[in-house]
Order: sequence, then C-alpha cells, then structure tokens
Amino acid sequence: MSLWNKHAILEKNSIILTVGIIIVVAIGGLVEIAPLFYLRSTIERVEGVRPYTPLELAGRAIYVREGCYNCHSQMVRPLRDEVERYGHYSLAAESMYDKPFQWGSKRTGPDLARVGGKYSDEWHVAHLANPRSIVPQSIMPGYAFLSQAEVRPEQIEGHFISNRRGGVPYSPEQVANAWGDLRAQVNPDAPTLAAFQSRYPGAIVRAFGGNTSAAANGTVTEMDALVAYLQVLGTMVDFRTYDARANIR
Amino acid sequence: MANHPPEIDAATGRSTTGHEWDGIKELNSPLPKWWLYVFYATIVWSIGYWIVYPAWPLVTGYTKGLFGYSSRESVVVELDALKALRASRSTALASASLEDIQRNPDLLTFALAQGKAAFGDNCAPCHGLSATGARGFPNLRDDTWLWGGSLAEIRQTIAHGVRTGDDRSRQGSMPALGGPNGVLKRDEVITVANYVRSLAGLSVRQGTDLAKGKELFETNCVACHGADGRGNRELGAANLTSANWVYGSDEATIVETINNGRGGVMPGWTGRLDDTTVKALTIYVHALGGGQ
Repeated sequence: MSLWNKHAILEKNSIILTVGIIIVVAIGGLVEIAPLFYLRSTIERVEGVRPYTPLELAGRAIYVREGCYNCHSQMVRPLRDEVERYGHYSLAAESMYDKPFQWGSKRTGPDLARVGGKYSDEWHVAHLANPRSIVPQSIMPGYAFLSQAEVRPEQIEGHFISNRRGGVPYSPEQVANAWGDLRAQVNPDAPTLAAFQSRYPGAIVRAFGGNTSAAANGTVTEMDALVAYLQVLGTMVDFRTYDARANIR
Repeated sequence: MANHPPEIDAATGRSTTGHEWDGIKELNSPLPKWWLYVFYATIVWSIGYWIVYPAWPLVTGYTKGLFGYSSRESVVVELDALKALRASRSTALASASLEDIQRNPDLLTFALAQGKAAFGDNCAPCHGLSATGARGFPNLRDDTWLWGGSLAEIRQTIAHGVRTGDDRSRQGSMPALGGPNGVLKRDEVITVANYVRSLAGLSVRQGTDLAKGKELFETNCVACHGADGRGNRELGAANLTSANWVYGSDEATIVETINNGRGGVMPGWTGRLDDTTVKALTIYVHALGGGQ
C-alpha cells in the first residue's frame, strides 16, 4: 500500500501534478513525434511534388477558411475499396508542403485527395455556386459569393512568409513575385508567364473561375483560386513512374 | 497535509475520503473488481499489440512486429488478388474488340457491370447517376451525340476528353459572336436566337424577322452547324433541330450562348483509368443511348 499512498502527494499538490503531467506528455511526444523528423521511412522519395503556386496557396487558404475539411478528407487510405474508387493511396510526400495538412477526419462528402483533373473547371464553378444544380442529391452548401470576391494582395503575402518559416522551400524570388505570379496563373497572355512557369514548373495556367476577360485584366476571384487549388490536388506525383513496392516499409 | 487516521463509516465499515458535503460523506470504495481486471487486461493486450504489430520507433527504423504487417503491403496483395479474380474475363475484355464484346453475352455482362461501377465513381458527378446530364453536361441517354455515339467515337471521347491538352482530344468550340467585340449586334443576336428556336420547332418571339435570322445564320453559323442546322460531329457543333439541348433552349440561354460562346471541357481518362476500364465504360455508355 505504501507506493499507492505516495500517489496522494501528486493528487494533493496541483503544481507537482502539473509538472508530472508535463513530464509524461513530453516523454510521449518525444517517443511518438521526434522520430518522424529523422526516420527515412516517414516520407517517400518521389518526384514532382512542388510547393503550391501563389494562386493555389490562396485557394488552399479559402479551402481552410470555408471549413471544407469538415466534410471532405484528403487522404486516400491504403484500402482496396478506396484505391478502386479514388486512385492510388495518398503518400506522405504529397502533403509535405501542406501547412497544416488537410487529411481531415470525416467524410460527409467524397475524398478530395485526387480530385485534380477529375472534373472540368466549369463543373467546379457551377458545383461550388450551387451544388444541387448538378448533383441533385448533394447536401453541400453553395459558395456562389466566391465568384464575386476578389483576391487581395494581403491574402497571399502573409501566407508565403509563414509557409516559408514553416519549412516550405519558397525562394526569395518566389516570395517577391507572389502577387504577380498569382495574377499570371489565370492569364495565358500575361507578359510574366514564362517567368512564372520557370518558378513553378508544370503549373496549369488558365482562367479557372471561367471569367477570362476579368482574369486578363488582372482581376482574380476567390473562385479562380479555389478551383486552381482543387485542380492541382493529387496530380503532382506521376504514379506511372512511382514504384509502390519499393516504398513499402 | 497532516495525516489523520482514516475515518471509518459505521454502516459499511469502509473508510471515507474525508470529503463532506451537507453532511454527506464520500466513501473510499475500491473500484469494482470486474472493471479493474478489464483495465489490466487492456494493458496486457497493448503489450501483445506492440509485439505483433509495427509499434515503436527506433534510431534508424521501427519495430516491424511478428508478421511484418504493413497496410501498404496488404493493399498491394489485395489489389493483386482482385486482378487475379477478374483475370480470365478482363484479359478477354482487354483483347476483344468493342464489337466482339457486345456480341459475347458473358463479356457484355462483365463489361456492363464494370462500366456501371466506373461510371458511378467517375462520370456521375457531371452526367448524373442515371446519365441524364445537367445543364452544360450532356445527357447520355438520348440519341443526340455531340461527338458521335458509335463505339469508336464514344471510346475516343472517354479516353482523350473534350477540349483538353491531349493531342487526341476533341477540339472545336462555339466562338463568342455577340458582346462588345462580337460580330453580331444585340438585336441581331436576338433575331438569330429566335431563328435557331424555329429550327427546333420552338415558338419564336412575336415580330421576329425570321428571314433576317436565316440570313445571319447563313453568314455566321452554317460553317459549323450546317445549312440545315443539324450540326457537325467533327467539330462538336450541336444539332440545333433536335429536342435535346446541352445548355437550354429558352431564348435567354441561346442569346447567352451566342454572346459568350461555349467550350465545355471533359477530362480525358487515359492515365487515370486503365484501358480495360475505358472499354467497359464505352460499352456501358453505348448501351445507355449510343448507336449513331
């Protein structure tokens, strides 16, 4: 009984209890979290994953702001039925530039990890504006206001700085040109397009929100940004060249 | 922190915790035995779990567990098993021509089943669960086909898409003819829109000069839609005489179409889906309303 009675010391002194809790949680954190920073098996080695473009990053911020993650996961789990439905299971490398990741924990709507390229921009715009106009059984809210809301410079600058601090390897050049690059991505005639494409190889350029004349005039809506983000999800890794067996570990 | 001797409750013979509220004292009863042993059992279980399954991170790796379980390994095994299960038929599906699949009842049943599942996962969000389409997304159950409803045409559309970056995708779009920079003025657009409605046998706005509409149509539209307005599948130009409209047949919608043009995009599915699935989808979509 003597050892058990010693526990009364912890229970009767809040400071000692607090220190004890901190020690226990710290041990748990060290054992569970710290190894992820050095174990090579944490992140696969893949080609093609690049940091988000300014437009995609702005779209991602809107995705987070509107709480899309409450109903949509971005995590195809390594289960047969999920791979059959959504495509290749998600890799850790695919969300290594997501700060924070959008894996989600609940699917009221479908998983979005591989939604990029699956539907047309028109579909996304019409569906976001009024989901039931296209999918009658949908219970998703409408986001028609996104087409009216312009993206402003301050919506992107801070995100670039904080992402960079968080470890996303944006170059100073990419940070300095963020606002121009954001507008170039919706305008195939932009004079800075070549520079943009050299900074973000493989990025798709078009008026994602469907308003080409506004995009050509340098007006970027939140619809442009969100659709650009959705269209890049899950498309960076070319799975024809990815060796699933070599990355089993 | 003075150590008092524990107070014993007279009725139960148990000690109290010393806490008292309104004369009611809390007994220091032990935990129920069954609960305590279940708790111990879960601790023992977790130790067994550490041994059997991957658990502890180490310096250069992690403990792999007794059987080396890996969820990524097991999904590969499951997918291989699925492939093997389908092997006999899917090999036949992969090698047979689309026409041969239609003639072979066994293969046809298999293709339709696989096609239906793939349609629900990939095509239904735009074309609808029952393939009846939505505004801007064609109905696949009618017999009007923008790009052709034969097996080969449907297969090409599914595999390479419409107006995508793919070299073999369907190309050609409706240009914007009205608006500030268009060749047609506002009233001309309304006139030609009503003429287009007359082609489909729909009512026209009172006072419309259909002769003028015909003239404008012949100048601006026949190159793609044909003199009789029956369209051109090479260019995806819609048949304007049918009862089926992708965007709508009311005057306002037709005016919008002429003013701004149309250029709906369908993704190409090569790469996302394998060839056998594209074939199965072709058979399924053809069975819905194909033929022409």
